[in-house]
Amino acid sequence: MSMPFYVAPEQWMKDKADFARKGIARGRALAALMYEDGILICAENSSATLRKISEIYDRIAFAGAGKYNEYDRLRIAGVRHADLKGYAFSREDVDAQSLANAYAQMLGDVFTHEAKPMEVEILVAEVGDEPSDDRLFHILYDGTVVDEHGFTVLGGEADTISARLKESYTAGRSLVEAVRTAVAALAGPERTLEPKDLEVAVLSRRNGRRAFRRLTDEELAEALRGGEVEATGRPGVPPAEATAPEAGPAGEEPGGEGTGAEGTEG
Amino acid sequence: MTLPIFRADDDPGPSFLEVLRRTGLEPNWGELPRDLAPHEVTHGTTVVALKFADGVVMAGDRRATSGNLISHRTMEKVFPADRHSGVAIAGAAGPAIEMVKLFQLQLEHYEKVEGNELSIEGKANQLAQMVRGHLPAALQGFVVVPLFAGYDLRRGTGRLFEYDVTGGRYEESEFAATGSGSLHAGTVIKMSYRPDLGRDEAVDLAISALFHAADEDAATGGPDLVRGIYPVVATITAEGFRRLPDSEVGDRFRALVERMSQPGSTTTTGTTPTMPGGSPR
Repeated sequence: MSMPFYVAPEQWMKDKADFARKGIARGRALAALMYEDGILICAENSSATLRKISEIYDRIAFAGAGKYNEYDRLRIAGVRHADLKGYAFSREDVDAQSLANAYAQMLGDVFTHEAKPMEVEILVAEVGDEPSDDRLFHILYDGTVVDEHGFTVLGGEADTISARLKESYTAGRSLVEAVRTAVAALAGPERTLEPKDLEVAVLSRRNGRRAFRRLTDEELAEALRGGEVEATGRPGVPPAEATAPEAGPAGEEPGGEGTGAEGTEG
Repeated sequence: MTLPIFRADDDPGPSFLEVLRRTGLEPNWGELPRDLAPHEVTHGTTVVALKFADGVVMAGDRRATSGNLISHRTMEKVFPADRHSGVAIAGAAGPAIEMVKLFQLQLEHYEKVEGNELSIEGKANQLAQMVRGHLPAALQGFVVVPLFAGYDLRRGTGRLFEYDVTGGRYEESEFAATGSGSLHAGTVIKMSYRPDLGRDEAVDLAISALFHAADEDAATGGPDLVRGIYPVVATITAEGFRRLPDSEVGDRFRALVERMSQPGSTTTTGTTPTMPGGSPR
């Protein structure tokens, strides 16, 4: 009969944390910045299909760094969580904070109880009606939640990139300036990043009900040249038209108050 | 609320209805009581949809009835399903509204989970499954019959689907109507329909169809010029789902009434019926 070796809890936790950090450090970084109309999320990602940044709900976005299959699972769980909550209560009741807490609980549980911690760091971003209502929740592999202000960086070399952003970031910038700031920080002094190496999306409070919007490669190239980029509406659809349909008959959104108000009796 | 995490071999996939089923939040229409009196169930009535050159027009009156009573004057029966499609409903109002809400959520949920929108066929089939799933309640008298229309971005054309109570899905190439006044509304559209109708002509035709349906069917509401309540009219084109402002619909109704009041108008409204075998002159 063999006896298991005794490992001190401190050592056990430290080993797990080191393991998770190593996994995360292998992935490329992403940065999220608050700008005048909301939140910009900018990731180094050469794949056009395997996304790091996604829409969770009307005003909430998700971004993950580290192991793709692990954060993608968290992303889908987040979409389900938000849609269930919006269905059971109302669309207004879905907020980033409760989602961030749910993620934190889950990551904390996995870190403590499972043999392998998740090698991910995630971001839950929410755009509010006013810049002061914008939220960035940065959640670490062990369930630690950090409520960030201004900007945050996830993934490999996060500290270096953070230091660069600390120098260059100022609040209340335009979208184009924010994109240029984020891309310069991700690239560093020695590299230049092309639109095809990047995945960029915004949560804009000027975007109607669904604030999430990806920037196309063309828009990104234009922004990096310093040109004008609106990023409202949908790619390929003029802004005015794109926001209107979501408003729907009862002046509101599909599936929410609008359909429900007249609905129960109607 | 905890995070809904599922094992990889037990994942509900991109279906929101399946997630609802797993979490026990799915509405259970099978438990509805049988044999409710007509005045105990609220019904929505007439909706129409017709294709035109750039897409589809959908329209629905605003009346809801419970038996012989008008229960609501401002009910909405035409909704956006997503950016490029719309759904219109007739039948038992409670389940119908819930079905629309779930359908909207289902489309958006799929888009977010998968990263791509469903094809328009896929959307039409989803709605068919939902209508089919509602059959037990329909057999107890809570019938829901929707219309689904959208702009097919892949083919560059409007598409229109009609359903029956068993979930049968029928694509229509010209127009469709459902609800109590659908017979009259459909006939009015049929008499003037052309595939190359412009946007304004198509909107006027839909408005005229609802006017005549209201003229013949007590459960269909006409334009309420006193309260300023007009049918909901929406266009679905490459630009997406757009509901017409009430001011435009009101103006078009007033123009219609104006035309019909002219001497020599073809409408029967307000004129003395002509008796077979010669009217008194």
